[in-house]
Amino acid sequence: MQPTPTTPSTEPASKPGPKPAAIPGLAHLKAAGPLIALILLCIAGAFLNPDFATVDNLMNVLTRTAFIGIIAVGMTFVIVSGGIDLSVGSMAALIAGAMIVAMNALVAGANPPGPVGIVAAGIALALVFGAAFGTAHGLLITRGRIEPFIVTLGTLGIFRAMLTWLSDGGALTLDFNLAETYSPVYYQNLLGVPVPVWVFALVAIAGTVILNRTAYGQHVQAIGSSEQVARYAAIRVDRAKVLTYLLLGVCVAIATILYVPRLGSATPTTGILWELEAIAAVVVGGTSLRGGAGRIMGTVVGAILLSVIGNILNLTSIISVHLNPAVQGVVIIVVAYLQRGRR
Amino acid sequence: MRFTSPSPTRSSTRLAVALALAAGCGASHAAAPEKVTLGVAIPTATHGFTGGIVWWANQAKKELEAANPTLKVIVKTAASTPEQANQVQDLLVVNKMNALVILPLESASLTQPVSQVKNKGVYVTVVDRGLTNPAAQNAYVAGDNAAFGRLPAEYLAKRLNGKGNIVILRGMPSTIDNERVNAFQAEIKKHPGIKVLDAKYGNWNRDDAFKVTQDYLTRFKAIDAVWAADDDMAIGVLKAIEQAKRTDVKEVFGGAGAKFAVKKVLDGDKLVQADVSYSPKFIYDAIKMTATARLKGEALPARTIIPSVLITRDNARQFYFPESPY
Repeated sequence: MQPTPTTPSTEPASKPGPKPAAIPGLAHLKAAGPLIALILLCIAGAFLNPDFATVDNLMNVLTRTAFIGIIAVGMTFVIVSGGIDLSVGSMAALIAGAMIVAMNALVAGANPPGPVGIVAAGIALALVFGAAFGTAHGLLITRGRIEPFIVTLGTLGIFRAMLTWLSDGGALTLDFNLAETYSPVYYQNLLGVPVPVWVFALVAIAGTVILNRTAYGQHVQAIGSSEQVARYAAIRVDRAKVLTYLLLGVCVAIATILYVPRLGSATPTTGILWELEAIAAVVVGGTSLRGGAGRIMGTVVGAILLSVIGNILNLTSIISVHLNPAVQGVVIIVVAYLQRGRR
Repeated sequence: MRFTSPSPTRSSTRLAVALALAAGCGASHAAAPEKVTLGVAIPTATHGFTGGIVWWANQAKKELEAANPTLKVIVKTAASTPEQANQVQDLLVVNKMNALVILPLESASLTQPVSQVKNKGVYVTVVDRGLTNPAAQNAYVAGDNAAFGRLPAEYLAKRLNGKGNIVILRGMPSTIDNERVNAFQAEIKKHPGIKVLDAKYGNWNRDDAFKVTQDYLTRFKAIDAVWAADDDMAIGVLKAIEQAKRTDVKEVFGGAGAKFAVKKVLDGDKLVQADVSYSPKFIYDAIKMTATARLKGEALPARTIIPSVLITRDNARQFYFPESPY
């Protein structure tokens, strides 16, 4: 597989087996850091406000985390391979807008299929767009040999502008009957758990399996560790990278598919700053921004952690709710500081 | 935790007692006055008008909670539609509200979230920006948006003697913005000499209004009047006109009777000579009406419209409240 790394630290996820840690189990403990923090935070939250620990509230928090969480799972792949994607929020907004326009057009057209059929068509369109945008990113980065930061900075502007143009500066709203048909996708519970949480769980499990149990996942981590060496090891670097962006595009599409029924509309401010929230979740979860190693479950825990912080601050009156982002910012910096020795 | 199985007579007695208690609770619940937890979901103070809304909402909370011990009022402000949707959900799940007074940030986006809580038994009063599905609300309280659009159109038509070019600044995409603009356009159609050059969204925001006006001034070489549709936006418009040093604009008509605009009318400003009233106090009225009705278990009338009046130099004194925040 890969030659022995020359850098001193080793990440457990880069090889499927026990890690060569000095103290056995210490690396495990470090990796479990975010999870321990989350558990402690939940206990603190339950003390501060008993309403926090209710099933309804926790389900609400998980449902709201689902959008950023699903995108963050895709973002983990991209970051582990050494890239970045700043355009995910704008991509989500554009996909939402395109879906709504298409569905409204179908319902107003000559021979409209039933509402379920139209919603299904909208969902399929979203997935196609997500994959297409992701692939475009991948190709620009690999074939065009442009920095991922720059490519996605450009598409960030392009996507949002296209949505603003589509909506003429206002809101794109889904036809009311379609919105009624579509709303169970966000608001319905299956066995007491909301649909978005199920989808989030499935995406997280799929992501973990792909990253840790497939050859592709190993390749992605190898590329992030050292691209040159991966190339020499006959890994098809360009193809793997394009695939990471494609996966992220599909994740963004899935998140959008869950988001549209919530409010039923897309505006120029939809999805704003989602990219930074997704990246924050990835970082807090333990993945280094430099790439090479990453943990999907860490990302999931990171996303939930940031959401829980916001929720606890909302439910208690310790500080003004306007300071929520400040607390999350402090958490991100502290976590990055604690992880700085890992590579 | 009992380790001895209870005897049959004991368990049936327990059951009887439990049933009696439950029945008693049910009966007493129906007779006693309702304990009302009123959630108030409003926008944050993004501009002067919403600053007034927040202030009046908190006034209502203070006065009503002092007068009614069984009433609890929780005021939440939101800066974005997902945030407001979250707050509406939390008010039900965490605070267990049974009544909601909401001024939606956007009509379309908040319709689903509000509809969901209404289906769970919450009494919903919508203020100002109506929902796109009227079935999602129990009562609607608003200013007179049709008059808000009609009065400036009548005034400007007279001022321009039936001939001239007007540009419009719209607010945020919402049902009330549509009502106002439609009423304005309908009135203007009666004066064929007046041409509406364009109508773009200013989002009730000074900066956006400034940018939109700059674009208008660049595109159109002759503009006779600007319907700014909001006093905050009027400030942005006036600054843009000043910066471009344009002299063709004869009048800038705002709206909502902000105290600085009324002062301009009072002082005989060259560009701002009239306004139309639309006070943020209606949130106070809506909260008070909803709380009073729900404490008695009653409903409000489906639509309550608070009238708008044209403000000119003659009656401006009546609309000038220097101590109010707006």
